[in-house]
Amino acid sequence: MSGPHKRPWNVIGKPSRRVDGRAKVRGETKFADDLYVPRMLWMKLLRSPHAHARIKRISKLEAEEVSGVKLVLTGEDMPIPFGILPVSQDEHALCLDRVRFVGDPLAAVVATDEWAAEEGVNALEVEYEPLTTIASPEEALATPEPRIHEYGDEGNVHKKVAFEFGDAEGSLASSERVFEDFFYYAGNTHLPIEEHATLAAVDPDGKLVVWSSTQTPHYLHRALAKVLGIPAHLIRVVATPNGGGFGGKSDPFNHEIACAKAALVLGRPVKICLTREEVFCVKKDGTIEGMTLETLLDGGAYWSYGVASTFYTGALQTVTYHIPRYGFRGCRAFTNKPPCGPKRGHGTPQPRFALEVQLDKIACELAIDPAELRLKQLAPSNSVTANWLRIGTMNLRQCIEKVVEGSSWKDRRAKLGPGRGLGLACSSYLCGAGLPIYWNDMPQTGVQLRLDRSGEVTAFCGATEIGQGSDHVLAACVAEILGLEPFDVRVVTGDTSLTPVDLGSYSSRVTLMMGNAAIQAAERARFLIADAASEKLGVPQDKLVFAGKRVFLAENPEKGLDWVAALVLAEAKHGTLGTVGSYKPPASPGHYKGAGVGPSAAYSYSAAVVEVSVDPANGWYRCEKIWIAHDIGVSINPVLARGQVEG
Amino acid sequence: MKNVHVALTLNGERVEVAFDPAKTLLEVLREDLGLTGTKHGCELGECGACAVLVDGVPVLSCLVLGVECEDREITSVEGLARGPELHPLQTAFADLGAAQCGYCTPGILCTAKALLDEKPQASRGEIAEALAGNICRCTGYLQIFEAVEEAAKRLREGSVRS
Repeated sequence: MSGPHKRPWNVIGKPSRRVDGRAKVRGETKFADDLYVPRMLWMKLLRSPHAHARIKRISKLEAEEVSGVKLVLTGEDMPIPFGILPVSQDEHALCLDRVRFVGDPLAAVVATDEWAAEEGVNALEVEYEPLTTIASPEEALATPEPRIHEYGDEGNVHKKVAFEFGDAEGSLASSERVFEDFFYYAGNTHLPIEEHATLAAVDPDGKLVVWSSTQTPHYLHRALAKVLGIPAHLIRVVATPNGGGFGGKSDPFNHEIACAKAALVLGRPVKICLTREEVFCVKKDGTIEGMTLETLLDGGAYWSYGVASTFYTGALQTVTYHIPRYGFRGCRAFTNKPPCGPKRGHGTPQPRFALEVQLDKIACELAIDPAELRLKQLAPSNSVTANWLRIGTMNLRQCIEKVVEGSSWKDRRAKLGPGRGLGLACSSYLCGAGLPIYWNDMPQTGVQLRLDRSGEVTAFCGATEIGQGSDHVLAACVAEILGLEPFDVRVVTGDTSLTPVDLGSYSSRVTLMMGNAAIQAAERARFLIADAASEKLGVPQDKLVFAGKRVFLAENPEKGLDWVAALVLAEAKHGTLGTVGSYKPPASPGHYKGAGVGPSAAYSYSAAVVEVSVDPANGWYRCEKIWIAHDIGVSINPVLARGQVEG
Repeated sequence: MKNVHVALTLNGERVEVAFDPAKTLLEVLREDLGLTGTKHGCELGECGACAVLVDGVPVLSCLVLGVECEDREITSVEGLARGPELHPLQTAFADLGAAQCGYCTPGILCTAKALLDEKPQASRGEIAEALAGNICRCTGYLQIFEAVEEAAKRLREGSVRS
């Protein structure tokens, strides 16, 4: 498609207020729990007090008699299993016969208000038979029986993976020095300030609508269709803006499915908002010649994203430094704890931490400056790693140089006296996983544009605003191409009935994928408008500039049309105006089993120097100052980019 | 339990509301008065998301009973703007990236307003101390502190804009 006249960017890279900023500071952003509708009922879940137990009996009678209680659901009401990965459909909306962690839900009570629902939950009588509890991955390996699940690779091992690229073991044997270390990374939780909340209702047409604080409305949509046994096109999922996600809202959840089921059974809207205590229950985490890495993951009680998490602990270790030979063995064990899924860099920060600490130990042992040790063996730009990941641009060198300079590293390192020092570490992450969670050949994201004679442009995309600024990115990309301002573009996002599919706000994928789809859709719209405008103005399309809400001649800016006039011409010539764009990441060069985890269209890089002081009397440490440099490519809006880096 | 009937001043307007006496101010605001700008993050008094001003003083509305608010003056985030015109704190928060997901924002705005009402020249240390009870998981706080400083400056200069 012949584009119009090239010009500098007007929107991209300029600091500005985000398009949804005004609503947020006025308290007018509607989060899921802010939705109140007439005749709305409330749901509460009964959660297991045991880490591992058989459910011998649940008596619903007492609960059903509580004043205000309308419905009690148990596992048998929703017996079809679900899970985020196609290979791991091992969760039930409510447990069927066994609970596997403290907090595993086994019944739901719906009532006219929250207190009656709570009272109903308290009235449920359950007889449990406690089973052996497994509390750590080491214990899981040593305790093959009883099995937490009747499947998995063996005993209480969920998944074992192993790769060797080149002769990694051999390279260790022939290296002058071999360094071996053991690292432990404590579990932690995402802790978004907004607790998970869901409102489900049957719309006037008899179709199910579910509003939820989810990062992945598309995957929730699929899970609802499966468990409820309803065709997906009769279900609408609306992802409300998330009050923080960080990976903790990226699975389809028990409460979402149970809430939808209750709305269908009762024909009334049903809402559930988890308490802070429940949110804690829901999810938590887990010159080089060659390198081998072994990871042991505390998987918790269900598969969740576990297979992918296990691969991810090994996949991205090769994109920062040149590692010619690489071996990896990963193992995820089942334990009686909340299932572990992705959090802020899915399975990557933990092994990265180990690699970076080990590099420091090597530097110390060999008396080399840790910054120099890293700089001399960076993975090159435009290269393919030992495990077949294609690296495009790679500017970790500039990142390291920046933080080394900013912190006066060379003058101050190891010279700050006892109890005070500087440390350096580097990292990298995906710009979206190369493959979708369920394998298919369709785009990972789509954008539709609607334009009309009023001058209005509406951009539709299934992406979910979780605070990161995706609504703004969508508006900014469209505005840039069409010569508008972001506030001139209305965005409609995260709605499975109104917007094209986007796989969700996870794996740092939205800006790259949705952004490219938005650009494509906007370029197609620009073509239609330029076509009509060039005819009117009697000039070739490639002489036209779209800027400042006008379409004009590059060499004679006076000659042109205002935006509305241009749209009127375009609508007259082409009929109702609408365009689409979509994006699918390039294919990966890797073709081994497991090669699907790790490829990405681009990798971002970062380096940080931290100044830390330690009180020798009690070991308390204090982070005095941090210098960080990121290679993020082009920043769409520096205000938002800074927020992402600092946050 | 039988409802109680309470009259109070909410964002400058006299309102009367009937509610279950066990309800917190947070619940009364959100459920009975329809103002959902005030958020609940923990309902344990830990996170600050539910902060509102009672007679100009920041309180955690999840720890105050509605019945305690008879004849008190309540300011929630909805009371900061003057019609379409944003309060300088709101303008600065929107412009400087101090609101990311926006869930902690209403509580922080109310708390910051009380601080600036009392100390128009608040230092970075005083701002950090005043907001120490408000947890934000997105920003890392720096843009929040800078926005409060910017708002303080604009307030001292007497400028407002939307």
